[in-house]
Amino acid sequence: MAEITLSINNVNITVPQGTTVLEAAGQAGVFIPTFCHDPELTNFGACRMCVVEIEGLRSLSASCVTNATEGMVVHTDSPAVQEARKTILELLLANHPLDCLTCGRSGDCRLQDYAYLYGVKTGSFEGERHSYPLEDDNPFIVRDLNKCILCGKCVRACAEIQGNSILDFAYRGFDVKVAPAMDVSLKASDCVFCGNCVAMCPVGALQEKGLRSAAPTWEVRKVKTTCPYCGTGCSFELNVKGNKVVGVTSCDGDVNGRTLCVKGRFGYGFIHHPDRLTTPLIKKNGVFKEASWEEAIKLVAQKLGRIKAKHSSDALAVLSSARCTNEENYLLQKFTRAVLGTNNIDHCARL
Amino acid sequence: MGHLNKLRARFTRHYKDKFNRGRIVVGLGTCGFAAGGDQVLEAIRQETGIRNLDVDIDFTSCIGMCYKEPMVEISLPGMARVIYGDMTPDKVPALLESHIINKHLLKEWAVMQITEEGATLYENIVKMEDNPFFSKQLRTVTSRLGRTNPESISDYVATGGYLALDTALSMQRQDIIEEIKKSGLRGRGGGGFPTGMKWDFVSQAEGAKKYVVCNADEGDPGAFMDRSVLEGDPHAVLEGMAICGYAVGADEGYIYVRAEYPLAIKRLQTAIVRAEEYGLLGKNILGRGFNFKLMIKAGAGAFVCGEETALLTSIEGNRGMPRVRPPFPANRGLWGKPTNLNNVETYANVPFVINRGSDWYASMGTKKSKGSKVFCLTGKINNTGLIEVPMGISLREIIFSIGGGVQNGKKLKAVQIGGPSGGCICEEDLDLPVDYDSLSAAGAMMGSGGLVVLDETTCMVDIARFFLSFTQTESCGKCTPCREGTKRMLEILTRICSGAGKMEDLADLERLGRVMKNTALCGLGQTCANPILSTMRYFKEEYLAHIQDLFCPAGACRALLIYQIDTANCKGCGKCAKICPAGAIRGEKNTPHVIDLEKCIKCGACLTECSFEAIKNDAALSWNKRPNTRRSA
Repeated sequence: MAEITLSINNVNITVPQGTTVLEAAGQAGVFIPTFCHDPELTNFGACRMCVVEIEGLRSLSASCVTNATEGMVVHTDSPAVQEARKTILELLLANHPLDCLTCGRSGDCRLQDYAYLYGVKTGSFEGERHSYPLEDDNPFIVRDLNKCILCGKCVRACAEIQGNSILDFAYRGFDVKVAPAMDVSLKASDCVFCGNCVAMCPVGALQEKGLRSAAPTWEVRKVKTTCPYCGTGCSFELNVKGNKVVGVTSCDGDVNGRTLCVKGRFGYGFIHHPDRLTTPLIKKNGVFKEASWEEAIKLVAQKLGRIKAKHSSDALAVLSSARCTNEENYLLQKFTRAVLGTNNIDHCARL
Repeated sequence: MGHLNKLRARFTRHYKDKFNRGRIVVGLGTCGFAAGGDQVLEAIRQETGIRNLDVDIDFTSCIGMCYKEPMVEISLPGMARVIYGDMTPDKVPALLESHIINKHLLKEWAVMQITEEGATLYENIVKMEDNPFFSKQLRTVTSRLGRTNPESISDYVATGGYLALDTALSMQRQDIIEEIKKSGLRGRGGGGFPTGMKWDFVSQAEGAKKYVVCNADEGDPGAFMDRSVLEGDPHAVLEGMAICGYAVGADEGYIYVRAEYPLAIKRLQTAIVRAEEYGLLGKNILGRGFNFKLMIKAGAGAFVCGEETALLTSIEGNRGMPRVRPPFPANRGLWGKPTNLNNVETYANVPFVINRGSDWYASMGTKKSKGSKVFCLTGKINNTGLIEVPMGISLREIIFSIGGGVQNGKKLKAVQIGGPSGGCICEEDLDLPVDYDSLSAAGAMMGSGGLVVLDETTCMVDIARFFLSFTQTESCGKCTPCREGTKRMLEILTRICSGAGKMEDLADLERLGRVMKNTALCGLGQTCANPILSTMRYFKEEYLAHIQDLFCPAGACRALLIYQIDTANCKGCGKCAKICPAGAIRGEKNTPHVIDLEKCIKCGACLTECSFEAIKNDAALSWNKRPNTRRSA
């Protein structure tokens, strides 16, 4: 592929043609703040935080949607860029609740990070703020539109990753907000609560209900693991406070990227549930009694052997689970055919 | 040429036949309807029925003199066409009796006469070309307005319609583009991009499928050029688009019209159906193997859809929000295909360029702005209406010669040009030639053609606030600076107008304006600070007066007015005390009254009520005594 060379902050860098200025800056180790950009989503160019000054152009350019060209001279930190970014932050903060002390995303919020980075406190633009009611009527996602900066990542995540297109922008001017069709709540919409919008949200507008009320971000330890629900093998991070799993967040998994389904992201309640079985149980005199794995396996083997001897192998059938991995499913069919001696093996085929 | 020649011969006969009979024509553009033209038409129908008059009744569009609507044209065989203005149903019997029955021109209601070849002129009535409203105009795009029936394809073809398409279809595609380039035609939607160059880009863009799109989403306050052209000469737009389609290699086109223009949509629909019937649109146009299908897409009420990428997104069925350029529509437009997007007036110019040649077109106007431009005169001007003038004419000529000057003999303060993206030109700069470059240099812009005249009673801070409130509600909300910035600028301006402004506000306005110009995603956000920046440039002292002296020089900002009673004039009649809704006026009968400023809500009711000129709006009084400090700040 053809390569081009451009200058970023007086340092030359060579990148493949078609690279954006933002990507080129990333390769050159130059930081550019973004709200609405995400490599997994289409380029939107809306938040204007990533503006840079390109010599020869009348106005600043959004680096996320500007392709680098040969000989381009880019400045990412000029006075005009600084002024623009600070003003944009001021404008966003002027319409933001500033309740970072109790916000579940405090410590993991781009608005907070950039406000700190650029030293922007509450600005000169005191005026009307939104006062939308908190949307808290479903078990998974808390939606606080007062914190929304309208970067539109949730809209694109829903359309482009999940393929559901539940969300879009509604209304005009200062009243613009992200909403499902007819401006109903997520619960009343066709939302499947995969939470992929939540994973994309750069601020506290979309939060995982359980996780964000269980612990502040700095009190959780993240443990990368594989989702136990199905054989896809999605990676995610268990958020652990003390020795307790308090939630799940996306990480960059080889299989799934940051995408998860509702079970993986929100179905972690079984881990510490009092009803969860932790040892095998054997029913004796009508009552389940705790047993060791040896006892349990022995009992099952005995009973299977007895049925096979008395009624032939085809009296047995095995149903496997989608929660097993491919390897486990392979072993189970091998066991069924080779040990039990029957082809009666099937699979539930879905979660 | 055969197909069109036959049509022309037939339609020209029809057209000429019209003038061999007595004829009454009512102006039925939107302005005509709004002024009651349909009622006048109904009255004419009834009256001709009662009196059994043997005349044809027809309608036309607005000739441009919106201030004279409803207008009625009467012509008798062999006589000039006479146009009457300010008609009402009551005046119809007298009018018909005089002009049709007694063949006597009713001079006091007549506005002008239009000469036809071989027609006898009336005495003592001005010819259209000598009427001051028309004498300095140069009408090409608007030449059929008020002259032909816009729903009649016969009228259009008889007056030279589709001749340009016929010519174009016999030309090489690139030659058409070169001809448009040579004419110097620039986009009439406001941007002023060279039309031929744009066509060339689309023509050269790779792809088998291309589109031609017409931007008829006119939305600037005080602008109705496109509506008038669509209502008055819809076929010219279709013809221009078809020529463009042939030149750039497109076989489909869309006209994006705002839904608030129902009459324009109706007339366009009629025009498309008729043109298809006669083989002038659709498949195998004029038997020359060129296919071009046109569709109408009605907007959904968003101003931002006048921005080209938002318009395309809206046609695609999505929420009309601008997308990032590049890629430009010429390369990736409608559904990702190369798309030529021009404004109504631009397309309407095309048949004239082809018919009369690029040299003729380029002979009009200034060095870099060729041809003529349609403008809408609104605001505090005597002759509100639609005009078409050669590029390079001065604003002074437009306002004082054509527009008849400022209403009620007031002093002109500024001209707002270019709508919410434009700026104000103050009195001193009225001699600037009207062309793309001079206006930009003066901090305004050509825009689509809205000209709002402001007089001394207009507050420049308030006018900036008005435009901001418009752009604020019309911001699509996609990019941060526009969505949040317009809100805060509007709040600051509202604060200043209500007497709560601070000196820091001026710096904040300037900073916000600069950042929005630098960073907003589309033209709406980039230019919406212009009304503020240009009024701050020319009328800074008004801003300062509001902030420092809590005083509105124009006396327009109600919160800053101080009402007082002039004890010398007050007779103590008590009328003001009675009308005051706040109970702020006290006084004994027959002795001068007093206004309690704490209670006064500044509604102005007392001022209107007083018969003795005893109530004074103190702010305006003291301003008049001040020296003129314009531009000194």
